[in-house]
Amino acid sequence: MNKPILNVKNLTMNFGGLKALDDVSIAIEKGQIAALIGPNGAGKTTFFNCITGIYEPTNGIVEITPPGKNTQSLRGLKPNYVTERGIARTFQNIRLFHGMTVLENVMIGRHCRLSSGIIKAMLQPPSQKNEEQKAVTDSYEILEKIGLEQYVNDMAVNLPYGAQRRLEIARALATDPFLLLLDEPAAGMNPQETKELDDLILWLRDNENLTILLIEHDMKLVMSLSDWIHVVDYGKKIAEGTPADIKANSDVIKAYLGEDSDDA
Amino acid sequence: MAIKNQIKQSLIIAFWFMILTFPIMVIKVNTIQNTIYFRWANLLWVGIVTFFASMVWNYFLRRNEAQKKKEIDDDIPLIHRLLQNDRFRRPFLGLLAAFFIAYPFVFPMYHTSIMISALVYVMLGLGLNIVVGLAGLLDLGYVAFYAVGAYAYALLNLHFGLSFWVVLPMSALLGTLFGVMLGYPVLRLRGDYLAIVTLGFGEIIRIVLENWDDFSNGPRGIADIPPPSFFGHYFDQHNTMIYIYFIVIGLVLMTIFFVNRLENSKIGRAWIALRDDEIACQAMGIDKFKTKLTAFALGATWAAMGGVVFAAKTSYINPMSFTIWESITILCVVVIGGMGSAIGVIAGALVLILLPEYLRAVAEYRMLVFGALQVIVMVFKPDGLIKSVRKVYTFNVQEKTIHEQTHT
Repeated sequence: MNKPILNVKNLTMNFGGLKALDDVSIAIEKGQIAALIGPNGAGKTTFFNCITGIYEPTNGIVEITPPGKNTQSLRGLKPNYVTERGIARTFQNIRLFHGMTVLENVMIGRHCRLSSGIIKAMLQPPSQKNEEQKAVTDSYEILEKIGLEQYVNDMAVNLPYGAQRRLEIARALATDPFLLLLDEPAAGMNPQETKELDDLILWLRDNENLTILLIEHDMKLVMSLSDWIHVVDYGKKIAEGTPADIKANSDVIKAYLGEDSDDA
Repeated sequence: MAIKNQIKQSLIIAFWFMILTFPIMVIKVNTIQNTIYFRWANLLWVGIVTFFASMVWNYFLRRNEAQKKKEIDDDIPLIHRLLQNDRFRRPFLGLLAAFFIAYPFVFPMYHTSIMISALVYVMLGLGLNIVVGLAGLLDLGYVAFYAVGAYAYALLNLHFGLSFWVVLPMSALLGTLFGVMLGYPVLRLRGDYLAIVTLGFGEIIRIVLENWDDFSNGPRGIADIPPPSFFGHYFDQHNTMIYIYFIVIGLVLMTIFFVNRLENSKIGRAWIALRDDEIACQAMGIDKFKTKLTAFALGATWAAMGGVVFAAKTSYINPMSFTIWESITILCVVVIGGMGSAIGVIAGALVLILLPEYLRAVAEYRMLVFGALQVIVMVFKPDGLIKSVRKVYTFNVQEKTIHEQTHT
């Protein structure tokens, strides 16, 4: 059997006396769309931050097995090295670079795949010019895929909200990831935008060969999209399974869906 | 209703100013005759002038706001539009070049000297613009690198007889080295903490220069620094000034050339990303520390080169030329000119350095007028005189679709 693409074992994260994550183990298979759900403050974003190196976990193992490569540990790596290894993420509260155009935002994503240094930037030999030109066309192609090409030279802040969310995905895509972590991609979107996002995520998996792990509160989106769902509550993992399993799981209903279980 | 409120507000401001200026404008103490005069007429004048000034100020503020609503961010500064327009670009640049070439021959030496200072500030401003404007690192000790350059030339010349042209590239390397050395420990900090630590470093360099007598000649400074030579030949005083003027012009052009290239390269984009959002920037695979360090080191490079020119021009340096005030002035150049905007910084340096010189006409009110102008710029043009404009990429969409069609 293939090794899981992301294998997190016994992950624990303490902030002083607070256990934000307590012995969480999650494995993601290649080509999956997996969801991580749980009530507010359950530790979902902390989990993302531990994987991507923004926090160093107190304990536990974070291993990745990129397609066609050997298993390696991510624990203790700085965020930029995690990205270099092929994990890209978006943020719950949109974190675009507002002083830049849409295209440049995507080009930032290309950063870690470009090699020209300072000297080359100043002297601009043909190799640097070609690389720069390629970065521009690559980024433009990504914008076309995501459907943002009409905004290419606009400042990122001037985009409509839904487009900003999509731009975050475009930017993450530009880093050439094999695993995409989406932190509440549908937050604040209207039903139409959510529908488009749903299509986009499926398209990304099928056409870009991506594995996707998403945190989301929109249950309709989670249930229709995910192959596998992990549920955390108070920093502990309480269940995992297919959407159907999760819907029927009494722990989950108790902890999370609670009284408004009819919505799901 | 709005007018009524306006008048009320202006009256309050006028009254407040009357109280504020009471001690200096109204009371006059004659210490010889031990008498006190009360110049009540002045009080009235202060009140009237403040009232109308406040009305005018508010009028412009409101007009400014109304304009902002009309054109959300689409206002590209005039100079950028000129430069983008092919018909205007060449004549405009030609005129500018003609002006700067003719300048030292038309105007007396005094003006050339001032212009050299202003152009050195253009270099310093463009260097600091990398650190503050692009990478968003508030550096209050920038003058330290300026001092490094100036002292490098003075000392290397004094002890080893090295000439201007040898020291200039050496100082650039030395500046970079000092940038890395000072940057390494302090760049873990950010925001106000970074500002305070860099402030401290700037002062340390100055105090070391002031007190390490054997090394730097202490507060007496170093005199008789030779001007740059022209293939071993030295000019007389007047021609030396003109010569230095053209050297600075050359250095400024080189600075603009390189900084412009850096700004629109991989590293330049990383700086701006770092300024806008540090966490997102790291999540995009950018090494935060390395990027900050390059910004700091490259900024220092230009400061050091500016320092060499400064030493060569004044032929005498001492630590008093490198006080915190100098750092603040360079920072003002960047902020008032327009953070991250090269053209803005150039305009800022010329305005900020030349203006006080030409304001000598109003003598003792010079600094007051200067300060007031800075406040006005910041209130009405918070992005600086000329704000930065990002590069626009064009795509030939038609060609692309044709290209794709042949593929399918």
